[in-house]
Amino acid sequence: MFVEVSLNLFEGILVTFKIFALTLLFSLPLGLIICFGSMSKWSLLKWFTKVFVWIIRGTPLMLQLIVIYYGPGLVGTWASKMISSGVYSGFLINWLSSWEVFDRFFAVMLAFVINYACYFSEIYRGGIESISRGQYEAGQVLGMTRAQIFFKVILLQVIKRIVPPMSNEIITLVKDTSLARIVMVYEIIWNAQKFVKSDGLIWPLFYTAVYYLLFCGILTLLFGYIEKKMSYFRS
Amino acid sequence: MPILEVKNLTKSFGKTEVLKGIDFSIEKGEVLSIIGSSGSGKTTLLRCINFLEIAEKGTISVNGKIIFDGASKEKMSDSYIRDMRLHFGLVFQSFNLFPQYNVLKNITLAPSLLKFDTAQNIEKKALSIIDRVGLSDKIENYPCELSGGQQQRVAIARALALNPDILCFDEPTSALDPELTGEVLKVIKGLKDKDSTMIIVTHEMEFAKNVSDKVIFMADGVICESGTPEEVFDNPKNERTKAFLTTFNK
Repeated sequence: MFVEVSLNLFEGILVTFKIFALTLLFSLPLGLIICFGSMSKWSLLKWFTKVFVWIIRGTPLMLQLIVIYYGPGLVGTWASKMISSGVYSGFLINWLSSWEVFDRFFAVMLAFVINYACYFSEIYRGGIESISRGQYEAGQVLGMTRAQIFFKVILLQVIKRIVPPMSNEIITLVKDTSLARIVMVYEIIWNAQKFVKSDGLIWPLFYTAVYYLLFCGILTLLFGYIEKKMSYFRS
Repeated sequence: MPILEVKNLTKSFGKTEVLKGIDFSIEKGEVLSIIGSSGSGKTTLLRCINFLEIAEKGTISVNGKIIFDGASKEKMSDSYIRDMRLHFGLVFQSFNLFPQYNVLKNITLAPSLLKFDTAQNIEKKALSIIDRVGLSDKIENYPCELSGGQQQRVAIARALALNPDILCFDEPTSALDPELTGEVLKVIKGLKDKDSTMIIVTHEMEFAKNVSDKVIFMADGVICESGTPEEVFDNPKNERTKAFLTTFNK
């Protein structure tokens, strides 16, 4: 039984890892784009971004997951009804009626990427704004372009400063992946819960902690390594 | 023809008028010191010349060519400002070295990004400048491993690497411990001997007196007095200059 549970949980943690890795892959760069939006000189873009970040950070990830998974299907059904009852017609309503439920895994990815990108964007902003104006000015008087200043001078200093808050957020992500089970994506907690239903066993659920701890332990070591790698300079 | 000519330059921050019409000029190879109490507009003047602040009125000309005209309605493009900045070098009070790069890379970064020369020549030149500021044994070190005086010498080398026509110093020794100011001032003095054109905002009166060809005393956004070091330091005519120098000599 123990072996069977172990293997089952291992399958689950692979899905957990997949959600984790893909979320990071897309939300790290998306966060930077959102961050630039929230620091934009165009106030319309800036406020739009800020409101968006407020909504995403101000509602539970679980709720966002449910809205993204069930929302489009509901809209599609509603639009189809409107068309068939003859209330409205037209290009927009036709398009809306074509909306369907997303693939489960895709819905999870969408919700996680957007949610984490918003959190990351605020960490990036804090990091970027903490760099002294003198660094920008030094680049300017040396004739460097804005992009050169950002990528060659500012970015590495920002990365060094945000490693601790980012590692916090990334470790939280490992555990947030367990929310995916509410739209029936079979990550590790789901796989453990199966044994409660089928065999009346609750210990597999407790056992998942071992997997999470190993996962987060590896991440902690990794972040420690990155911090050490960048300890050669002070900024 | 003066290498730099500034005419009637004004600059305000909100309602505060920081520069109220500044006129001066300097010839190639000359050293100009700007003295005056804090808040007199010295640093703002230097920042306007380097396009870190954009003045409202007046003109700035280099070698007889107007590079900034407050009367012009056209907005200067980023690339134009970048090109014009290259006439000048600026050494900051707080060094502002790039902490993640070693001494050599701090100096070669901008020339290589701007494709000034081949990588080999850029490095060769950087090494000779580093030698001039006396830091040949530190090329591999990072800024955090250097003393303030050494950091400022690297900053001077970094500015020199772009061959500016005019090198500006914004209180280059104000952030240094007294025992470290000497090494930086020595480097600046060494540049004078090589015929560099320099503008130095400083509180080091003794140094200004020794190294300058021309001295300007500023107060409240205007130039109160200008002339040779002898004229300004030994025979000041303006009451404010006299008052300022007396407090300094106490």
